[in-house]
Amino acid sequence: MPRQKVLVLYLANSALDSPVIAWAVYDGTGATRPMAGDADEPPYRSGVDALKDGWRLFQASQLLPHPRGAEFDVSYLKYEFWFEQIVETAP
Amino acid sequence: MSNLPLLDALSMASFAARGFLRLDAVVPDAINAQFLAEAGPPPQAVAGRKLLRTYGEMLAASGIPEVSAGVPLGQAYPQGSALSRLLALPVVAGAIRSLVGDDPVFDHHFLHVTFPSAYHEAAGGENVSQHTHQDSTIDPRTAFDLQIMYYPHAVTREMGGTRFVPGTHLRRVSEVAIGRYQNIRGQQHMVCEAGTLLFLHSGLWHGGGVNLSDRTRTMFKIRMNPSAPQGRKFDVSTLAPQAAQRPIFLVKTAQPQTVEQILMTPEPWFEQDTGRLEFVNRVRLWRYLTGDDRYDADYWLTRLETLATA
Repeated sequence: MPRQKVLVLYLANSALDSPVIAWAVYDGTGATRPMAGDADEPPYRSGVDALKDGWRLFQASQLLPHPRGAEFDVSYLKYEFWFEQIVETAP
Repeated sequence: MSNLPLLDALSMASFAARGFLRLDAVVPDAINAQFLAEAGPPPQAVAGRKLLRTYGEMLAASGIPEVSAGVPLGQAYPQGSALSRLLALPVVAGAIRSLVGDDPVFDHHFLHVTFPSAYHEAAGGENVSQHTHQDSTIDPRTAFDLQIMYYPHAVTREMGGTRFVPGTHLRRVSEVAIGRYQNIRGQQHMVCEAGTLLFLHSGLWHGGGVNLSDRTRTMFKIRMNPSAPQGRKFDVSTLAPQAAQRPIFLVKTAQPQTVEQILMTPEPWFEQDTGRLEFVNRVRLWRYLTGDDRYDADYWLTRLETLATA
């Protein structure tokens, strides 16, 4: 049965080959249980390194204009990239 | 002038830049033991009983009082109690005064107990870490509240400890909307001796680590609000006058440890563009803390303000 594994990488800028600054993993196979705080070093140096390892990019955050008057506000991480792998599991 | 040991300018700059102050093993063993006795023993794991119920019973049996939000912090705890004695320690009172002024207001407190796997298994639940979050709700103020995390017993890495991300305190987010960020470069985990305090800017991103040891982990949090603007409450005699801006970008030698150097030191998670916005916001916070509306570091605000009036 196919199951989805998801990797979310947050990069230092909008380029897919920029460094990873934050990350998350979700494992639909149930073989692992990733959770907050479980690793202090990123799984890849950049988004492109994840591509080289077989992850398929399926979403990237847009570049949005800065609302007037709030140009210097900082909030959520901006450069979010979603990857997936489809993994066959035993029925 | 206060007789308390106030934070000096470099310590304040570090708090402004990174959003935390760590005081290791400053609470004496006698107060730690008194606090743990007042908090009460951890409950036993009971098969089939929900952990939330176990937690509720533990809080109800605890000797730690309920306290109404909004009372003066100085009236929050009975004289002679462990928490009253802790807050009266000069190093603690001096740091509180430096960060939130003379008469802070009690906001809330909570006894955080993180249970090991046996409790979760007995309750039929899963032993996982807490999602990263920012406490309270979206907070657009330059002013900030102070949260003191008190670790009355030693915390090992296996016990999880509080996870926090230095430098995230100026980000305006909505509580656990950031829960998606499992790991962030530069995150720290509290591994500490008994009697350690972690002072947090109320905006700092944090979460409880999963407890993989075989004993419960206890942390007590107290949140307080300033009752007046927080400017110039630290030891301003240590504030070096800023004669001129330092050279920027083309710099040939290592820079000395100054307020500017601290405010302009990035965190490992900084995005390349918004890292500069973090610098801008740090300078703004430093202006608030020093009452100096003309202060700048590395020309970030001078450049913007010059353009704005051209």
